[in-house]
Amino acid sequence: MPAFDVILGACVLYAALLFVIAFLAERLSVRGRARWLRGPVVYTLSMSIYCTAWTFYGAVGYAARSGLEFATIYLGPTLVLVGWWTLLRKLVRVGRSQRITSVADLISSRFGKSNLLGGLVTLLAVVATTPYIALQLQSVTLSFAVFSDGPQAPDLNAIALWVAAGLAVFTIVFGTRRLDANERHDGIVAAIAVEAVVKLLALLAVGLFVVFTVAGGPAETFRIIDASPIAEWQVQPGRWVGLTFLAGAAFLCLPRMFQVLVVENSDERHLATASWAFPLYLFAMSLFTLPIAAVGLGRMPEGANPDLFVLTLPLAENQEALALFAFLGGFSSATSMVIVAAIALATMISNHVVMPIWLRSGPPGALVSGDVRHVAIRARRVSIVAILALGYAYYRLSGGGEALAAIGLISFAGIAQILPAMLGGLFWRGATRVGAALGLGLGLLIWGWTLFLPSFATGLPQAVMASGPFGIDLLRPQALFGIGGVDPLLHALIWSLLFNTAGLVIGSLLTFPSPMERLQGAAMVNVFRTKPGARGWQSTHVEAEDLLVMAQRILGPTEAQAVFRSAAIRQGKAGYLPDPDQEFLEGLERELAGSVGGATAHAMLGQITGGGSVSVEELMRVADETAQIMEYSARLEAQSRELARTATQLREANEKLTRLSVQKDAFLSQISHELRTPMTSIRSFSELLRDGAGTLDPENRARFAGIIQDEAERLTRLLDDLLDLSVLESGQVTLRIEEAQLADVLDRAIQACDGGGPVMIERSGRAEMRLRTDPDRLAQVFINLVTNCRKYCRVDTPRLRIVSRLSGDAAEVDFIDNGPGIPATEQQMIFEKFARGGDSRAAGGAGLGLAICREILGRLGGSIAYLPGQGGAAFRVRVPLAQRDVHAAG
Amino acid sequence: MSPPKELPFLERTSYRRRRLGDAARLLPVLGMVLFLLPLMWASDGAGTTARSGLYLFGAWGGLIALSFAISLRLARIVRAEDGTGPEGD
Repeated sequence: MPAFDVILGACVLYAALLFVIAFLAERLSVRGRARWLRGPVVYTLSMSIYCTAWTFYGAVGYAARSGLEFATIYLGPTLVLVGWWTLLRKLVRVGRSQRITSVADLISSRFGKSNLLGGLVTLLAVVATTPYIALQLQSVTLSFAVFSDGPQAPDLNAIALWVAAGLAVFTIVFGTRRLDANERHDGIVAAIAVEAVVKLLALLAVGLFVVFTVAGGPAETFRIIDASPIAEWQVQPGRWVGLTFLAGAAFLCLPRMFQVLVVENSDERHLATASWAFPLYLFAMSLFTLPIAAVGLGRMPEGANPDLFVLTLPLAENQEALALFAFLGGFSSATSMVIVAAIALATMISNHVVMPIWLRSGPPGALVSGDVRHVAIRARRVSIVAILALGYAYYRLSGGGEALAAIGLISFAGIAQILPAMLGGLFWRGATRVGAALGLGLGLLIWGWTLFLPSFATGLPQAVMASGPFGIDLLRPQALFGIGGVDPLLHALIWSLLFNTAGLVIGSLLTFPSPMERLQGAAMVNVFRTKPGARGWQSTHVEAEDLLVMAQRILGPTEAQAVFRSAAIRQGKAGYLPDPDQEFLEGLERELAGSVGGATAHAMLGQITGGGSVSVEELMRVADETAQIMEYSARLEAQSRELARTATQLREANEKLTRLSVQKDAFLSQISHELRTPMTSIRSFSELLRDGAGTLDPENRARFAGIIQDEAERLTRLLDDLLDLSVLESGQVTLRIEEAQLADVLDRAIQACDGGGPVMIERSGRAEMRLRTDPDRLAQVFINLVTNCRKYCRVDTPRLRIVSRLSGDAAEVDFIDNGPGIPATEQQMIFEKFARGGDSRAAGGAGLGLAICREILGRLGGSIAYLPGQGGAAFRVRVPLAQRDVHAAG
Repeated sequence: MSPPKELPFLERTSYRRRRLGDAARLLPVLGMVLFLLPLMWASDGAGTTARSGLYLFGAWGGLIALSFAISLRLARIVRAEDGTGPEGD
């Protein structure tokens, strides 16, 4: 037998080696050269934390007591992994899309980011895992004890304490470097992968040694098993089925398994490899269990602890090196489990217990001022120490006897209470928070009453065990409702899961989920159909800068700035501050959730954005029978948009009609007025002529006749204009289209106006352009514009600039005077009939000129428009060019 | 009368993919049946531990082999379909 010091030294060396490996892996990972650490092989190996010291040593003991039943502990996970396509794939997809940090986070996020559920699951996990950690400490101390001789037996409790302390240090050093739980703990993963290989090889080595050296070959081993006390298989069908199910359920729900399966998964496709590779690992781990048990039972002295055959058999055969190897295998099994379990539990405690309390206890502004990052990390470190201290305390208090050995399955049964909420949440959209809480609570209660408390020697008084609390026979812990005689584990498992599931179903059927629950439910149940992430935020008036300040305190400045920067780039913005739109807020929430858990991240964002209520459209989009409602509402929306468009058109048409009607009335009254004025003066002057036929001197008579003639001419002109306009408007005008030089037409128009008043006309620009037009009508337009200037340009030295130029396939002629111009309010109206700027009487026109101009140019294929901002009244006339000139211009 | 070649090929691929998914879903059911079968002969005391163990490990190994065959193909199809590498690439 190797000296105790040798064992101790080997153990310390091995631990140091693990530290070095973890340290190197972290270094490689920082340099980005640890990709192999994220491959499928390491992913599979990291699952080996399922095989704890309890399975490493205990499986042989289990087999020595109940034969093949030990295999159920491995068959359950095998079935789960083989069926990865149905369940694990969905779990991993949900975990990655929602940035789930722990199994408590999954349940909390699914049911509306509920803190209550997160806390409940955390409590359950702590209660069920602590004894399990104690069990690991016990197995390590027991294996130490094997190597120590009776008299100078070392203090086993001190060893347990040292192991616990060492594990706490390792976990804190490599497990709490980063806050983001989704980031891989590369150092720990590397160490665990090494430990996985060590324990597999150790067990295989012992197995091969036992089968081929001790027993003398497979056939001989077969014979030995047949002759051993466990030769006949005393199967209990209920336990066989129940344990297989329990192991599968625990594999999914155990916090440490969830950590390696979902949280640390870096690629969904690794599951495809793990689906056969991990069952193979389990297969290899259990292949030699039965032979070791049978051979051990035959060879070892009566009363030897079968739990330690893996160690004691090689020792009995004087294979010290092999025994040492086996010892390290057992040590590996215990430490890797404790490390990951501590990380998983610490994440849960910090995210679902410490953070919510801290958020609630601080003043309202605590969010922006406090350093969340340090609080969370410190909470995790303290939690790790506390968990290991609790495990150690449990180990000391329980006395490390048989009671502890039974705790493995009891712990499984407790953790399995999460299963209904998990499966219900993943596959049933109707599952609600109340249902999940009710189910979990009931399950926890029944498990505690029927299995957990009775497992302690002093847990429940003997009287209660025998005849129920207060003598109520129906509530006897191991015979609920009077149904006794069942295996206690099976009894507890069936009742707790039955009530758990019933609570979930009934609670869900009877309650109504909150909008957030419905969103999350849809996002998780339909994770393969929809894009990841529920839409939980409305665009608010939150400042991106406030968000950045908060994110920096959680993610750290560099990472937070990187997140904001990439979001800003996605939005097409420069700088670090993206618009806080819905998409960005969701992304940010997921990012934060990776560090502090879904519920806390949601609450923190909610405090800054002033409550992230879910909008009705968002609910409509995802929460109900999506496709139908979406289609229907889209149709409705399209229809209502069209209705709105039609209504707008109708309103416009109505306005136009009203305007036209007013215009028509104005036109009628205007025209009667215009006709009446000259008529009145003609009538009164002709009366004067008739009445004073003899008395009037010839001079006056001639003057009166002149006035009458002027007025008559004005009347004629007015009627001519009216006729002209009506002909133009009705489209009955006949145009004489021909080619003409713009310069000629302008010359003619200016000549015609010559001598009418003191207006200086300046011409500039290119006027040698051939137009295809009616020269007479065009001249009429130009004359009209020049006359207009003469009439309305009220300055001492009126000037008119005529600028002509080529513009595309048309000639542009601007008439710009230096007068006061036309006020903006009247610019709209000047082309209407009888519209005149300012005082019209003085100008003596009927106000039809510009209207006629517009009509003429419309007929000629050109246009006239008022040109604002030229320092006076300005009109721009466009006339189409002749074809030849178009080409020349082009 | 032969149909165009492209279309049936594509349809067959997606059809195979779906059936492969079915097989992956049924595999745990098969495993359950295999692992429950020993109860039939063990409950009447006919099975010895050694023989039942041999059967159990045989069935277990077979299940792993089947899972290997199916998962390999599924992984290849999934890889071809989404065409994205692991995160961080």
